[in-house]
Amino acid sequence: MKKNNLLKNSGVQSLIASLICIIIGLFVGYIALLIINAEGAGKAIVTLIKNFLYYPSKPAQLKYLGNTLVKTAPLLMCALSVLFANKAGLFNIGAAGQYVVGAGACLYLALALKMPWWVCLLGAIVAGALLGALSGLLKTAFNVNEVISCIMFNWISLYCVNMLLANVKESTSPYTLPLKANNASALLPDLGLGAFFTKNNYVTIAIPLAVITAVAIWVLLEKTKLGYELKATGNNKNAAKYAGMKENRNIILTMAIAGALAGMAAALLYLTGYEQWSTSQSSVPGMGFNGIAAAFLGGLNPIGAIFSSYFIQHITAGGAYVDKTMYCAQVSDFICALIIYLCGFVLFMKTAMNRSITKREEKAAAKNKEGGNA
Amino acid sequence: MENYAVEMLHITKRFPGIIANDDITIQLRKGEIHALLGENGAGKSTLMSVLFGLYQPEEGEIHVEGKKVDIRNPNDANDLGIGMVHQHFKLVECFSVLDNIILGVEPVKGAFLDKDQARGKVEELSKRYGLQVDLDAKIEDITVGMQQRTEILKMLYRDNDILIFDEPTAVLTPQEISELMQIMHNLAAEGKSILFISHKLAEIMEVADRCSVLRKGKYIGTVETKDVTPADLSRMMVGRDVKAKVDKEDAKPTEVVLDVKGMSVASKRHKKNAVNNVSFQVRRGEIVCIAGIDGNGQTELVYGLSGLEPLSAGTISMCGKDITKLPIRKRSIMGMSHIPEDRHKHGLVLDYSLEDNIVLQRYFEPEFTSPLGFLKRKNIRAYAERLIEQFDVRSGQGPITITRAMSGGNQQKAIIAREIDKKPELLIAVQPTRGLDVGAIEYIHKQLVEQRDAGKGVLLVSLELDEVMNVSDRILVIFEGEIVGEFDPKKVTVEELGLYMAGAKREGKA
Repeated sequence: MKKNNLLKNSGVQSLIASLICIIIGLFVGYIALLIINAEGAGKAIVTLIKNFLYYPSKPAQLKYLGNTLVKTAPLLMCALSVLFANKAGLFNIGAAGQYVVGAGACLYLALALKMPWWVCLLGAIVAGALLGALSGLLKTAFNVNEVISCIMFNWISLYCVNMLLANVKESTSPYTLPLKANNASALLPDLGLGAFFTKNNYVTIAIPLAVITAVAIWVLLEKTKLGYELKATGNNKNAAKYAGMKENRNIILTMAIAGALAGMAAALLYLTGYEQWSTSQSSVPGMGFNGIAAAFLGGLNPIGAIFSSYFIQHITAGGAYVDKTMYCAQVSDFICALIIYLCGFVLFMKTAMNRSITKREEKAAAKNKEGGNA
Repeated sequence: MENYAVEMLHITKRFPGIIANDDITIQLRKGEIHALLGENGAGKSTLMSVLFGLYQPEEGEIHVEGKKVDIRNPNDANDLGIGMVHQHFKLVECFSVLDNIILGVEPVKGAFLDKDQARGKVEELSKRYGLQVDLDAKIEDITVGMQQRTEILKMLYRDNDILIFDEPTAVLTPQEISELMQIMHNLAAEGKSILFISHKLAEIMEVADRCSVLRKGKYIGTVETKDVTPADLSRMMVGRDVKAKVDKEDAKPTEVVLDVKGMSVASKRHKKNAVNNVSFQVRRGEIVCIAGIDGNGQTELVYGLSGLEPLSAGTISMCGKDITKLPIRKRSIMGMSHIPEDRHKHGLVLDYSLEDNIVLQRYFEPEFTSPLGFLKRKNIRAYAERLIEQFDVRSGQGPITITRAMSGGNQQKAIIAREIDKKPELLIAVQPTRGLDVGAIEYIHKQLVEQRDAGKGVLLVSLELDEVMNVSDRILVIFEGEIVGEFDPKKVTVEELGLYMAGAKREGKA
């Protein structure tokens, strides 16, 4: 009986469902590798899971763990963006575009206007928030579905940012100027954190900042009046309206906060100097979309998202070490995509689990009754 | 060995956490009208769904014409000659009556419809059973009574011999009800066997030969209606004596709390106003009831009053202040409480806990939210516990029960607790007893009268004539969005009200 109670707990269910999805994802990935090239499949999947453990020396392991964490921070922020909007009943597929304008704003402030890091960070947050709010505004004022407007904004933002950042790119490449050489004050401070990861300079306050934000979002959703209103709107917008909540204001506010989180995601990556923006890219960066998978894999819980984001980044980074002589370069992305795709089945798994539990209970109840009659 | 059209023997159907039908046996004789009586939630609908193949029972068997049958879906039921008129009609609004009747069993000549043949058969049936319909009218243009006759013709056209009527009178006027009774007698006289689901005693006494009673999923018994009184049936249904009348003294209305002048609300479904130029007042210390048949503008009237929809014309004032343009929250703070028509759509956030739903109208007050915007969980819990205790709201886990898991009656009690404890000046209650059992109805009526006696204005919108006659101090009849009459419940008969509700009569406008 106690076991069933535990299984009925929503948090435990999310955790189990997520783990099952991960296992199925890895298994399907393994089968795909077998089909492509049977010989190296076992080794490749192990490499994927091992990620930084691929290196034999401890310092190297720590350094590359650092790299994985550097990219986990923005993914976590994107996941938070998606799940926050989801709580209010909105699907923020525009996290990708808000991430792009965040990148554009922080890099332009850093490279063209030589601003310090905190101004760049704020700029990215504001840019993302404005774009998010715009989608919210279109929904409330003209009843434009946020998914449609977000997808279009994703592309509009990409090309606008490409144009804007072309002003601060290296003359010989499509990449933006390196931060360290041009405006070191725009680099996020590391507060000595890098030292724990074998002098990995990319490890900065971005990582703790993302985790703190996750906790803050959890507090906002669970403990505040605003969270109460947003979740009520998401669950039943008619009841929210009946209770006198300002539905339109809440939709715009939700999208603005979601956008701010995604915009901040970009700043937490690009202000570490880990990556430079390519002004010739013609597809929207996948970070925002992966945020959707991370949000669902984390059971739409901000704390769960911390772990799911890490996991997704972990296997994505691991993919880079897969033997390129046996598999083409894209295979790691392919396998990761498969696993991420299957992560989307978390909710489905949860429903299936619930159904089997109720069925078992029903049977038990029927049995008890028969026993009683006998 | 008696000759039964249908026998349902020892049927048991379980749902998670509840036994909806517990060893129920019902035997329907050929050519009889057999009533199935029970409160809401007694298991009547489940039992009929089992007969109609929508649910499979865990135990028990069904015999039709003495042979054991296995009904897996509604098509099986139809093949066995079982037809059903659902409480909510299953008609295609923009099709004609004839098209609806033949839908699914269309007669064809080659690749083309042969409507003439169908028309002949339907006309013959309609004459034989006295079912007046206009075959070429569209469903959306005809009265509810005619829609119901269309449903009955649908069953007859399919040569069904076993007819199930699921609460057929709920949507009809008194005149239409007596017509329906006559039709049912005609059908039984022609050898059709009828199962008639109802919780209205008077109808059962009038039309049924026998009556089987269910209570809380259990079979209580079957009686010949000529051997019993309505009080006997009521006792079987509820398990105790029920007061039919609400105890209350005469109203002592004082100053006006709600004043509506020339109010119109646009309709979402058609171009006309759903509420058209309506004026009335509600005073402190009286219960004013808006009576009418479903869909005559009551919903929109309340939306306009509560602020869910804007007015297209007119003004509303409450306690002497113009509130026509005020948002919902302001009206609520000024003392308007609203028990909504649809508790799942508007009244509750079903996935919220009971305590979160109890503060739904007050969560923003300083008692429940700190100046920094954090919820004061302790105060919310304490407040919820007080209301749960005071209003006897029952649930599995108290304040933290997810509202979805609660019974309809207790969900409604939670809403009523929330709206009454707000200390309103004006209480708008829309069908507050819909879908509730007799015990809960009694309780809610008592609450409404208490509010009245405490000097509040109460506006009750109801479709149940019994409720209208019992609870109100003043009756306004609404028909097609207009107030067509005002009555004193002590001086008017149900039949008289029915004529106004159906639009057959109206008072000359002053």
